[in-house]
Amino acid sequence: MNTQAPDYRYHTLVVTVENKSGVLARVASLFARRAFNIESLAVAPTDDELFSRITVVVDLESAPLDQIVKQLDKLVNVVEIRELYPGHAVERELMLVTVSAEPDRRDEIVEHLDRAGGKVLSVGTDRMMLSLVGLPARVDEFEDLLRPYGIVELQRTGRVALATLDDHDGPGR
Amino acid sequence: MDGGRALIRALENEGVEVMFGLPGGAILPVYDPIIDSSIRHILVRHEQGAGHMAEGYAHATGRPGVAMVTSGPAATNIVTPLCDAYMDSVPMVVITGQVPTGAIGTDAFQECDTTGITQSITKHNFLVTEAQDIPRTIKEAFHIATTGRPGPVLVDIPKDIVDPGNPRSAMTWTDDVTIDLPGYNPQTEVDPEAIRAAAELIRASERPVLYVGGGILKARAADALRELAELTGISVVTTLMARGAFPDGHDLCLGMPGMHGNFTAVTAMQESDLLIALGARFDDRVTGRLDGFAPDAKIVHAEIDPAEIGKVRRPDVAIQGDVRLAIEALVAELATNGTGDVDRDAWRSRLSGWQERFPLAYEQWVPGDPLKPQYVIECLRDSTPDDTIVASGVGQHQMWASQYWKFDHPYTWINSGGLGTMGFSIPAAIGAKVAFPDRMVWAVDGDGCFQMTAQELVTATVENIPIKVALLNNSYLGMVRQWQEMFYEERYSEVFLSKDVPDYKMWAESMGCVGIRVDDPEEVESAIAKANEIDDRPVVIDFRVDAAEKVYPMVPSGATNSELVVPPFQQDQPR
Ligand SMILES: Cc1ncc(C[n+]2csc(CCOP(=O)(O)OP(=O)(O)O)c2C)c(N)n1
Ligand SMILES: [Mg+2]
Repeated sequence: MNTQAPDYRYHTLVVTVENKSGVLARVASLFARRAFNIESLAVAPTDDELFSRITVVVDLESAPLDQIVKQLDKLVNVVEIRELYPGHAVERELMLVTVSAEPDRRDEIVEHLDRAGGKVLSVGTDRMMLSLVGLPARVDEFEDLLRPYGIVELQRTGRVALATLDDHDGPGR
Repeated sequence: MDGGRALIRALENEGVEVMFGLPGGAILPVYDPIIDSSIRHILVRHEQGAGHMAEGYAHATGRPGVAMVTSGPAATNIVTPLCDAYMDSVPMVVITGQVPTGAIGTDAFQECDTTGITQSITKHNFLVTEAQDIPRTIKEAFHIATTGRPGPVLVDIPKDIVDPGNPRSAMTWTDDVTIDLPGYNPQTEVDPEAIRAAAELIRASERPVLYVGGGILKARAADALRELAELTGISVVTTLMARGAFPDGHDLCLGMPGMHGNFTAVTAMQESDLLIALGARFDDRVTGRLDGFAPDAKIVHAEIDPAEIGKVRRPDVAIQGDVRLAIEALVAELATNGTGDVDRDAWRSRLSGWQERFPLAYEQWVPGDPLKPQYVIECLRDSTPDDTIVASGVGQHQMWASQYWKFDHPYTWINSGGLGTMGFSIPAAIGAKVAFPDRMVWAVDGDGCFQMTAQELVTATVENIPIKVALLNNSYLGMVRQWQEMFYEERYSEVFLSKDVPDYKMWAESMGCVGIRVDDPEEVESAIAKANEIDDRPVVIDFRVDAAEKVYPMVPSGATNSELVVPPFQQDQPR
């Protein structure tokens, strides 16, 4: 088992778990009690209804990757853990955001949005709701851009990831 | 069939011969079929007792201990033994009652989130919601508890699925249930490459030490270990959890390392150039301050739990897998390719020099002195059969028992190491005695510990489980007193119990035991002889021992093992 990771602070793990009640709580409480820090976490069922897939970005400053992976692997409901090395994964995150937008500032906002590749979901008298799917870093940047306009409400999904196509049998585990 | 009957039948099918428990509302339907079952049920006086009895049984036999209790307060009462078993890797299956499935989440009477509470202190737990799932879940629970690194598994059973009066309890019994645990595959086979690499390090080492932990006992690897030690001539230290895994009487045995380990065991590890860790986990009580632990040692770490490898100290060679298989493979490798020709005479003479200068010792009793606790342990050791099982509580008495007993057989020492649970000894001794009714079982207990679980002596009397208790009564929470004496300038805060309350002799007698009190060293042997003759009821001997006695040697917390404090009369010896 190759547990040698490149020297990045954040590392993405794709964890396949049994689709049973309480499994997410087991994973979350493991991180809490072992003092492993989570940068982001996303869960959803997979194409096989028996399993769910958790994409978790862990902070390696709190614990070595090797320990995190091995402790996760001890959970009986955890079926498989794949490491996605940065550069070997396609990562995306979705952001929904409602931003203050008086009519005279809308063009400006839409310009930013177009450049980032986002969408206008709806427009109100003094607000707009936008969505953006992108690399987490791009989503961060766009969030920063919007902040001066006044963010009313914002929700991000946390990142999800798949191994790159030429890499499917690659460095995962 | 109904779920309740299915549950008992599933336990019978797992070979369960005895279980420890106490009924109540939510588990009531499961208690009815017990009347007709081959399983012996032992009715405890407190659910904590049931858990520790199951642990004692498991420690002594290697088979999983089983406890069954009701929901809510009963489930919370057994939390401590679950955590204890988790820390010490004890195979155990605990069944808890739960409110009916429809009431879960409503704060119903005696509802508590048992699986939530015990999630982090069990190897795994289950909340069963369908009667049909009961047999498979029980099978999975035993499988998980006993394979890989053993541990406690809890099965929470809502009342409606076991109550024959409820249609939800209806199920069809079938003998062929298969476990379905896609995420559970403990790897037992060892990598031959790692074995070769470990053998190379062994061949090249000048100062090797076999550092043996409780995993050796869990893996039934004591014989293999002995072969390895004798083949290589490498000395062995046995941790608190591994006492008995290698005979104390063997020339190669150095005894216990760690915070209260003997000088030679601690120092041999400290000065070693190769630690061969077998079923051990580099616990802080063994390593002392980590950055000063065995600074020159390379590490071979053979261990079943991958997460333990590299958790505390990065090994030079990791052997992941069953430690018995690992040792057998090492023996085969070393037998074939030789054990090397490094001259270890200098190392051996350093070891024996330490043994001569720093034996385990205490200041001998002189007339007028109070009774010495170490002397009581020595007398007990010398006047009990070789295969006597000793179960201890937690505190000074535990350390003296571990130090001064001579363990020459595996599975004769039962104690709470990882969690350090006061009150462990009496119920654990009961569990061991249930497993081996023909062997002598002594609990070595402290007065503080005794007051936490003594009520189980009622269980012992009523169920005819004649254990013996040596109470080292120093009127203090002695271990805490020792820390306050040494590190808090003798400012004793809330550690004095009482000189005369309770009256342990009367208390023992009121519980149906024989009670004996000993103040005078002259009476120790005759009291033990008398106790040894009684086999129809439990015996408690209240040994009133010196409260000022301290456990030596000691590594102060936060210090490195090189700063081991030896008893005052050894302090002038050259190290
Ligand atoms: C349940 C529990 N509470 C508190 C402690 C902390 N503690 C460790 S040893 C000890 C003193 C034990 O007293 P006693 O049973 O009289 O044993 P002695 O040290 O005097 O031999 C205490 C309070 C513990 N280990 N377990
Ligand atoms: Mg005491």
